[in-house]
Amino acid sequence: MMQQKYASQIHRCFRCGYCEFPADYSSFNCPPYKRFRFETYSTAGRLWLIYAWLKGEVEWSEHLAEVLYTCTTCKNCTEQCPMKFAPDIVDWIVGARSDMVEKGRIPPRVARFFEAVYGYGNPLKLLRSDRAAWANGTKMYAPGDEYLLYVGCLGSYDENGQKMAKSLVDVFNAAGVSFGILGNDEECCGNEVYMLGEMGLFQTLVEKNNQKFKELGVKKIVTVCPHGYNVMKNRYPALGGSFEVYHYTQLLYDLINKNKVKLNRNKAKVTYQDPCFLGRYNKIYDEPRQILRSIPGVELVEMEKNRADAFCCGGGGGNFVMDLLAGGEESPARIRVREAYETGASILAVACPSCLTMFTDAVKTEDLDGKLAVKDISQIVKESLPAKKR
Amino acid sequence: MADIYEALVKIVGKDYISNQKEERYFYARDGGLMPPHEPDYVVMPKTTEEVQQIVNMANKEKVPLVPKGAGLALTGLVIPQKSGILLDMKRMDKILEVNEKARYVVVEGGTTHGALKSYLQKHHPDLRHSIPDSPPIATVVANAVIHGQGRLSQQHGFNSDMVSGLEVVLPTGEICRIGSCSVSSYWFSKGPPLPDLSGLFLGWFGTTGIITKLGLKLYPCKKMRDVMLFLTDRAELVPDIMLRLSHTEMMEDITISAQPMPLRFKGTFWIMAYITGDSEEELEFKRKMTWDALWGCFERRDGGFISLSPDMKAPLMSMPSKDVTKFADVAKGGGFQYAGPITPIEKFPAFIKKLDEVAAKYNVFYASTTRLIDAGHCMMFSFSFSFNRANPDEMARAKKALDEASRFALEEGGVLWKADLDEQKLLMERMDPNTLNLMKKIKQLLDPNGIMNPGNWEVK
Repeated sequence: MMQQKYASQIHRCFRCGYCEFPADYSSFNCPPYKRFRFETYSTAGRLWLIYAWLKGEVEWSEHLAEVLYTCTTCKNCTEQCPMKFAPDIVDWIVGARSDMVEKGRIPPRVARFFEAVYGYGNPLKLLRSDRAAWANGTKMYAPGDEYLLYVGCLGSYDENGQKMAKSLVDVFNAAGVSFGILGNDEECCGNEVYMLGEMGLFQTLVEKNNQKFKELGVKKIVTVCPHGYNVMKNRYPALGGSFEVYHYTQLLYDLINKNKVKLNRNKAKVTYQDPCFLGRYNKIYDEPRQILRSIPGVELVEMEKNRADAFCCGGGGGNFVMDLLAGGEESPARIRVREAYETGASILAVACPSCLTMFTDAVKTEDLDGKLAVKDISQIVKESLPAKKR
Repeated sequence: MADIYEALVKIVGKDYISNQKEERYFYARDGGLMPPHEPDYVVMPKTTEEVQQIVNMANKEKVPLVPKGAGLALTGLVIPQKSGILLDMKRMDKILEVNEKARYVVVEGGTTHGALKSYLQKHHPDLRHSIPDSPPIATVVANAVIHGQGRLSQQHGFNSDMVSGLEVVLPTGEICRIGSCSVSSYWFSKGPPLPDLSGLFLGWFGTTGIITKLGLKLYPCKKMRDVMLFLTDRAELVPDIMLRLSHTEMMEDITISAQPMPLRFKGTFWIMAYITGDSEEELEFKRKMTWDALWGCFERRDGGFISLSPDMKAPLMSMPSKDVTKFADVAKGGGFQYAGPITPIEKFPAFIKKLDEVAAKYNVFYASTTRLIDAGHCMMFSFSFSFNRANPDEMARAKKALDEASRFALEEGGVLWKADLDEQKLLMERMDPNTLNLMKKIKQLLDPNGIMNPGNWEVK
């Protein structure tokens, strides 16, 4: 269905270029276009090339597939495109990817991503039995717990993601939240698998997860990662999911409002990166900022491009693993940490393990170590808890 | 050819050159109706020196060169008709200098109008430039090279009239400065009091050199803007209305829109009078003067002012206007091209009549926007047609409609703007032979090997 829709609509792009900008036109805001600068890497380039491929005017090539897969699905284009079809653009790209997957014409790095998820339940190709190695006694979910904390692949395996997950567990425990995790039984959420176009694998993952949630009687899920939040909120219900889902910043904001989390003074100038799957996809812009503002001593300063105009870290659409946009000063994460540093902030706060990892690496490459720290909001909140609660 | 590729890699680095099919395909075409033609290489230089090295190599090897901004002329002016090297200039995007006292800016050859607008708003809020209706990725240089128009054209002429200096890499490789910057560190004039050599490059579509820096005049940016909408259904009155508005000497911009859809718009002409002010009092005075200028029309019931809701006003006020671009999706097909002859404003009624006629004859979606230029010395009248790129028959009909409109405009004494290859031929057929010969001599002198954007302005 998706494939038919994209094929019959994709020629409607006029290549006007609005998609490459933020709302104030100050600089380019499409991560792959900014990185590579050939117009082929803009949304228009991608759509025109896909149309050419459908018409047989361009043969499939690895370069064509790479152009398609460098899109981080950040949705800047849908925000800026003036046409009525703007909300469909990412679906068209996903539809074309799905077409390529079905024809077996995908770049090797994408194929490896799918193989890893299929074989290991995560794109990092790490053992299922190590998924909960970070957890250190964190309670397993049991019927009666209010929330299932869905940790996700990066939260489970990535060094930075694990720090984030541990902080969040400590904060939840300090606030008396009733929750548990799935441990080694947790499986990839499938958001990136969907965005990369492997619809068969996606469906399998979702059905498996939905079945597990159902068996355990899960009513509320809170996710560490915006990617997981997005897919569970917007895709799982159509495939049988029946639960409430929250990103952790929503729950944390609620806990702070209800005085269940007490925060000590933590003097710092902080800027905040809106994750694409929290911001542009789900319009959650205020809660993360309100959490930061509620910490005494924190001064929140904005980067010039923020909220719907935030520049993607470059990790979306599976690129935090495939890294098709890496290398060079113009890689999105390096650009963004420079922008964060320009605000005068000493901390770049994130609310996404993908952003956390991308920016942590970029800070080192940009030689900003010691000048700009990258921290997840859960880590900042944990540091702000009274000492006995940490 | 492998040698040329290697030479280009040495100049710009391997990340900024491609000879792959995907780039050649995309850069072979624009959003309009001209047939595609692929370059052999797409190259993205970063500095004037890199451009110079590319030109030197191309001139030695006699390889065609086509400099490109965003390709939004829509008339195929940067389609590389004879292949060769296409230079995507957008990496040369620095805003080099703003002189607030002399009111000009110097930008590199690939700076976009969007970036310049944003920069001025942020750093020099008292100054502005003439923003065209094209999308923000249109480059300042390309817009000047095609004699584009913008928000300040009613007051100050074509956007190319607002150029205040150039740095050009000549087809033979010399880096040449044009205007006051050729004898001074200031970029306040493209010509006077010197011989104005900018005419060797503006309007030539990149056939006489590559502009790597451009000085552009800036103008006062008032604190407030407003638009007043006057509606009439009598085309024959529109020229007089335009002149009356212009006579106030208070208009930022005067445009006229006409379109048949939605049906309530059919047969009406939307005359938009833009005014500015530094205070509400100033703005109110200008509203009154605008009202007074058209009071006679109102009394005779020839038309009237329409009150605009905030939702209606917002798109009219935006710069650039996304509504202009949306026309490309009227036919749900991603295609849009317009013939935009520059013509005396008295021709408005005849042109509107012709637009209706050709649109009906070829069964194509249409719209028109007219902009008064330089206090009424002329206007740009657009015959705009939207088409579905997935429908070859509709594309062919749109092309025929455009061709007929262009021929009509010429017969009526107009001059075709950013003429495509066919229209350039029509223009040159009618051109005074001595003028044509002068163009030929200039081209041969500047570009002896004919490497620059060959096919365009090619005098046989």
